[in-house]
Amino acid sequence: MNAVPIEAIHADLLSKFSDMIGDLRREPAETGTAYIVVKAEWIRDVCLYLRDDPHYLMNNLNLLSCVDFREIKGQEYQGQLGVVYHMSSLQPVGDEWKTIHSVAIRSYVPLSDPHIPSVARVWRTADWHEREGYDMFGIIFDGHPDLRRILLPSDWEGYPLRKDYKTPDYYNGMKVPY
Amino acid sequence: MGLLNKLDNIESFETGNFVFSTVESLLNWGRLSSIWQMGFGLACCAIEFMAANASNFDMMRFGVIPRPSPRHSDVIIISGTVTLKMATRVKRLYEQMPDPKYVISMGSCSNCGGPYWEHGYHVLKGVDRVIPVDVYVPGCPPRPEALLEGLIRLRDKVRHQSLSKA
Repeated sequence: MNAVPIEAIHADLLSKFSDMIGDLRREPAETGTAYIVVKAEWIRDVCLYLRDDPHYLMNNLNLLSCVDFREIKGQEYQGQLGVVYHMSSLQPVGDEWKTIHSVAIRSYVPLSDPHIPSVARVWRTADWHEREGYDMFGIIFDGHPDLRRILLPSDWEGYPLRKDYKTPDYYNGMKVPY
Repeated sequence: MGLLNKLDNIESFETGNFVFSTVESLLNWGRLSSIWQMGFGLACCAIEFMAANASNFDMMRFGVIPRPSPRHSDVIIISGTVTLKMATRVKRLYEQMPDPKYVISMGSCSNCGGPYWEHGYHVLKGVDRVIPVDVYVPGCPPRPEALLEGLIRLRDKVRHQSLSKA
């Protein structure tokens, strides 16, 4: 199995999913990690394709993280929430396992209605990552098998890593601020 | 120890080996010599806490034995960051301990919130907001010597406590 550069993956995704796939971008422009923008409704299909296509075989989800982009000025995603997927293909080469190629995918969801399809059925790794994303950002991952808070107590109110989060004064009778 | 054990033995009075003591100081002596701690750690302070328990620092020479249950323990050492989720559990563990019970707050986090004092939405700013603390040990984390010093302070406190006053 040969390594596929991200430019080739982007071109192939464009031919398969046409206008559901956005640009290939880097931030900062020259030195940053390249990522592909995908429309939120199609993220599960794109992930499934990248996992199962014999050219890619992205069998490993390295990281699923969420970002609050509301204060980023001058970008088309300003005022939205984002979900970033880092995935790679881990294959046996001789005696050891090596990362053949990897890709980063980003999706944007609106703050007012943050819904995105779950990829927990594509990679089991995503199960707890998506629960953490729900816990901290309040992004609803549709189709997740067990979407509830993972770190904070179940009776917590609000989503702490959102930019507009205010620390509560009291939690269960305990004073929170210093 | 040898003399006190002979208090029960009437023979010892005849041979002259007896001591006079007050009930208060006898009880206090017993309590401070066998402070059983709860085997309980929360964060990075628990690593120093384990080092204090191990052979280099040897807390057991003060009669401190880690116990697996709060119902066996005399002291709970809050060793680390107390999150709000954990605070309810800490409170319950403290309530399960039999009297007399003591609390050592170990490290900046459980003293006052530590580095989480401003932006830690999930951290209790000092375990004394939930349970009463006898000895505060500063440090981030405190060295095992500092924890031993805190333990000796607790022993001093137990030595001077009174049965008549609450």
